[in-house]
Amino acid sequence: MTLLQQLIDAVALGALYGLVAVGIGLVFGIMRLVNFAYGEIITAGGYTLAYLNGSSPVVAILACVAACIGLALVQERVFRPLRGASPATMLVATFAVSFLLQNIYLLAFGSRGKPVSTLGGLNTAISLGTLRIRWISIVALAVAAALLAGTTLLLNRTAIGLHMRAAAADFRTARILGVRANRVIASSFVLAGFLAAAVSVLLTVQNPLVTPDYGVSVTLFALVGVVVGGLDRLASASLGGFAIGFAYSLVGARLPTDKSQYLPSLLYGTVILVLLLRPAGLFAPGKSAVERV
Amino acid sequence: MRRLVGLAAPVLLLVAVAAVGSLTTAARQLEFENALVKAAIVIALYVFIGNSGVVSFGQVSFVAVGAYLSGLLTLEVTQKSFVLPNLIPILRDHHVGTPLSLVLAAAAGGLYAFVVGLPLMRLSGLPAGIATFAVLGITYNVLRYWEKIGPAAQAIPLVPESGVWTLMTGAVITAIVAFAYQLSRFGRRLRATREDAAAAQASGIHVYRERLVAFTLSGALAGFAGGLLVHELGSITTDQVYLELTFITLAMLVVGGVGSLWGAVVGALLISGLDSLLGDAENTIHVGFRLTLPDGTRLVTLGAVMALVLILRPSGLTRGREFGLPRRRSV
Repeated sequence: MTLLQQLIDAVALGALYGLVAVGIGLVFGIMRLVNFAYGEIITAGGYTLAYLNGSSPVVAILACVAACIGLALVQERVFRPLRGASPATMLVATFAVSFLLQNIYLLAFGSRGKPVSTLGGLNTAISLGTLRIRWISIVALAVAAALLAGTTLLLNRTAIGLHMRAAAADFRTARILGVRANRVIASSFVLAGFLAAAVSVLLTVQNPLVTPDYGVSVTLFALVGVVVGGLDRLASASLGGFAIGFAYSLVGARLPTDKSQYLPSLLYGTVILVLLLRPAGLFAPGKSAVERV
Repeated sequence: MRRLVGLAAPVLLLVAVAAVGSLTTAARQLEFENALVKAAIVIALYVFIGNSGVVSFGQVSFVAVGAYLSGLLTLEVTQKSFVLPNLIPILRDHHVGTPLSLVLAAAAGGLYAFVVGLPLMRLSGLPAGIATFAVLGITYNVLRYWEKIGPAAQAIPLVPESGVWTLMTGAVITAIVAFAYQLSRFGRRLRATREDAAAAQASGIHVYRERLVAFTLSGALAGFAGGLLVHELGSITTDQVYLELTFITLAMLVVGGVGSLWGAVVGALLISGLDSLLGDAENTIHVGFRLTLPDGTRLVTLGAVMALVLILRPSGLTRGREFGLPRRRSV
């Protein structure tokens, strides 16, 4: 039964990475900006939760959502001058902002880490026969599914969602047809910030010690997943994020212990292979488009 | 003749840094040495990223390989059999001087880059960025755990240190090679693909081949600069040649201006200088009055300055132009 157990854990971790992937993919789709500093929004949510340990979970979660959306809006304002800059510059600039925020956290909160205990109860497990499932796996899966469904509805059934999809398809034409650039970009950041808040709530249950670089590794892995899955569509991006989280958890659990230190190499090697075979992404539809000349 | 100004300016700047550095105290000299080595690494990055327009997060892998090879080869054989008994024989039983170790580091960096580049240079844009990042991740992971090729999680200790003039010579060599490359037909063809890949291809330029040439050369220079790095520091660990170095050198390149050698050198020296200055300010400096900054402000300020320059002046401080004397305008 251990395989089933590991599969469940892997699906739960995959769902978390899928959420991060959607947050990154939303902003990329519209602004063509890969936001390395997305992880720092997750970290901000984590610190907010850590400082509200004593208060009720509802208050803590609301404050976490507010903090994440606030920081996302600040980032939106900061990245505004980058619109239309070369991809290299954008990438390094968001890297710089990520570095800056991490060092601000270091200065403000120290390097030792703050524990979060708000929803610690979710770590208890329920037993089904030989199977032990932690509540957090179930909650993570349910929350991720609900949020993905909500995001899809928002994008497909509301006016602002239509504007966002139009902007993602062709930003200039969308503007000519009356889509307001600042509003549509800001709403994508708000949505991404909201998803980051959900990720920090779920992540702090599994990994309660919030350090200045808390969000970095989850963002890096999700980003790798997003590119492997295919950046150009939200569905393929989130599938890619899910796949990398799933693979990381499952392969990590299945590898013999003396080999598991090379797990990152294995994963990165697979990433290179996938990119070489399908540069447009594993889940991208059909052949990649011919270069625009 | 006019062209050579483009080379003379960065070289003179490097010489000036070394000259000022040699006049200061030993402790202060370390900061000048650090600036020179950073300049060499950034120049190596520039050769590929600047000329091709493709962002690579992987060049620090070649720095790491160069640093490890050069560091291990310059240790005494008796030391190695004692401290690092698990090394493969070729690394354990040989000892070479610093200059030869630097040449070997360049060869190893170039070879590694060539092997990696063979498949990877087919990619461009973000997939290229992520794939090269994956190379960095693998290099770090393997160096950190494989005891046959290094000390794994420990440091390589007691590497002979080089002085400021040796390091400057190394940085100047990388600058000369980079300059020669960008004037060569290879460099010009690659720069054409950067401006417009489709048009370059239509004019008979083989994009993949030109990128591979630059990637290999950049890898060799990065390996060489890695050798300089290990002889500057006197020891090295895997964490010193990973994410932070990648980020800081890329930021130096972009802050200076990706498109020119002058930009690479200016960016590297300016950010290194600012870094040292802020480090001092944390331990009180006199600027008319006594200034003491709280610990940790160095990195925050550095991050803020880099983010500001990148956001407000995305083409870099030099706007990607080579240094040139002001031209006289005809009326």
